[in-house]
Amino acid sequence: MKSEFPILQQDINGHPLVYLDNGATTQKPRSVIEAVKRYYEWDNANVHRGVHTLGSRATDAYEGAREKVARFLNAASSRQIIFTRGTTTALNLVASGYARQTLREGDEIVITPMEHHSNLIPWQQAAKATGATLKYIPLQPNGTVALEDVEATVTERTKIVSITYVSNVLGTINPIAEIAKIAHRKGAILVVDGAQSTPHMKVDVQALDVDFYAFSGHKMCAPTGIGALYGKAQLLEQMEPIEFGGEMIDFVELHDSTWKELPWKFEGGTPIIAGAVGLGAAIDFLEQIGMDNIERHEHKLVKYAMERLSEIDGITIYGPSAEQRAGLVTFNLGDVHPHDVATVLDTEGIAVRAGHHCCQPLMRWLKASATARASFYLYNTEQDIDRLAESLVKTKEFFGYESIG
Amino acid sequence: MSQLDDLYRRVIMDHYKTPRNRGELEDGSVTVNLNNPTCGDRISLQLQLEDGIVRNVKFTGEGCSISMSSASMMTEAVMGKTGEEALALADKFSALMKGEDVQFDDYEDVEALSGVNKFPARIKCATLAWNALRKGVEQGSGKHEGIEE
Repeated sequence: MKSEFPILQQDINGHPLVYLDNGATTQKPRSVIEAVKRYYEWDNANVHRGVHTLGSRATDAYEGAREKVARFLNAASSRQIIFTRGTTTALNLVASGYARQTLREGDEIVITPMEHHSNLIPWQQAAKATGATLKYIPLQPNGTVALEDVEATVTERTKIVSITYVSNVLGTINPIAEIAKIAHRKGAILVVDGAQSTPHMKVDVQALDVDFYAFSGHKMCAPTGIGALYGKAQLLEQMEPIEFGGEMIDFVELHDSTWKELPWKFEGGTPIIAGAVGLGAAIDFLEQIGMDNIERHEHKLVKYAMERLSEIDGITIYGPSAEQRAGLVTFNLGDVHPHDVATVLDTEGIAVRAGHHCCQPLMRWLKASATARASFYLYNTEQDIDRLAESLVKTKEFFGYESIG
Repeated sequence: MSQLDDLYRRVIMDHYKTPRNRGELEDGSVTVNLNNPTCGDRISLQLQLEDGIVRNVKFTGEGCSISMSSASMMTEAVMGKTGEEALALADKFSALMKGEDVQFDDYEDVEALSGVNKFPARIKCATLAWNALRKGVEQGSGKHEGIEE
């Protein structure tokens, strides 16, 4: 599998690269790189306007990618797929285009303390602008969400529940279908941050019955700068665009204008055409391997990683058991600061993330100012985890952590 | 791990494990709180400036070995210096981080951090304390003049 990814063929600091920062972004297979290259070499033009051949090809490529995304998420129609720059833009679109226009003073937005800043700050801002209240579902000690707590926090005044499918720090997989039932029973809509779930497991937005679902392409083998928002048709119809300009209009008069139909009314300006083409190629690549196979592979890896890392003296692993988590492990190595851990691992050719992972409230909940995170993808192997574990032991010896502090 | 040995020299680990001037000052001092939003390192620096001279300086905070050892070294380097001398040292430190060949004659410990420039992602860790110093001296001299008037 690694042979499909040109970037993984190199040595870093004299060691074969072990890339374990997939929660941040993933590497791109040859087929995706080729698809983007071919698009620019053969089909590039602006979409939805040129009468010429390239214009038609570019439009077909762009809209073809939308069809692929719709099928990938099992959306009822590709009209319900809006291309965005990524998860952050998609969630902001819901917070600005839906929340700010529908929330009234006294209404509630419910989220959790495990949200990425992208699924937290847009709601803070929407609450401030509308007078709505932002509420948090408490977390269990192992970093999971209990349905009783969802039931207790979501009230008749709650209009929006927004939660991540998979935590980028804890790895927790949240029970989205059950949360959707509770939210709907109380008259709220459910928004799901799918940044860490979409690349790693089969997602069926209709079976989950979510109202909005956001994800990023670059975390699933596609280029940066492309992602999508799925929404239920009647909600999207009801929403106002937040970006105005070319591409999204129907008729323009001197003092008024009308919008195109879904999904184009939300895609002002020349869209990210090559990015969408790359996303389409990434979906082809992932589907060829099979999302179930990817999920199984990562589950095996995370189980192995939890076993191997637990053997290291002085390590703290955050989050639930391997059974309840996706393919990532967040940890601290005694008193060695995670930046120091990451620097030592880097000299061994191993890339991990260190810091607060854009989750400052969650870091406070964990009582850690920063943590280190190894996150896996389809190209990682048990040997990669062996290298990580061995290097962590070396790190510990190097810092002689027992005497620090 | 020679590259590592280079980065984490004995002197750095020494400052990390037994930081100098760690703590808080009494009233009458300037306090600067700075953090690195991307990584969560934070420092609270307190300066006592009298007649334009750094009479005392202390810090608290949390962060990696580079940021905390740099803070410890910085406090020793600027103790007893004039505000201008302290700012000149901060400039010198910036030059050190750019890989320039500079010497800290009065306080050579700081030169141990020269290896950081080979780890671009860690430069902001090393400069945090010096940025706090800059702010503190600027604030402190403003305040000092205010009292004089």
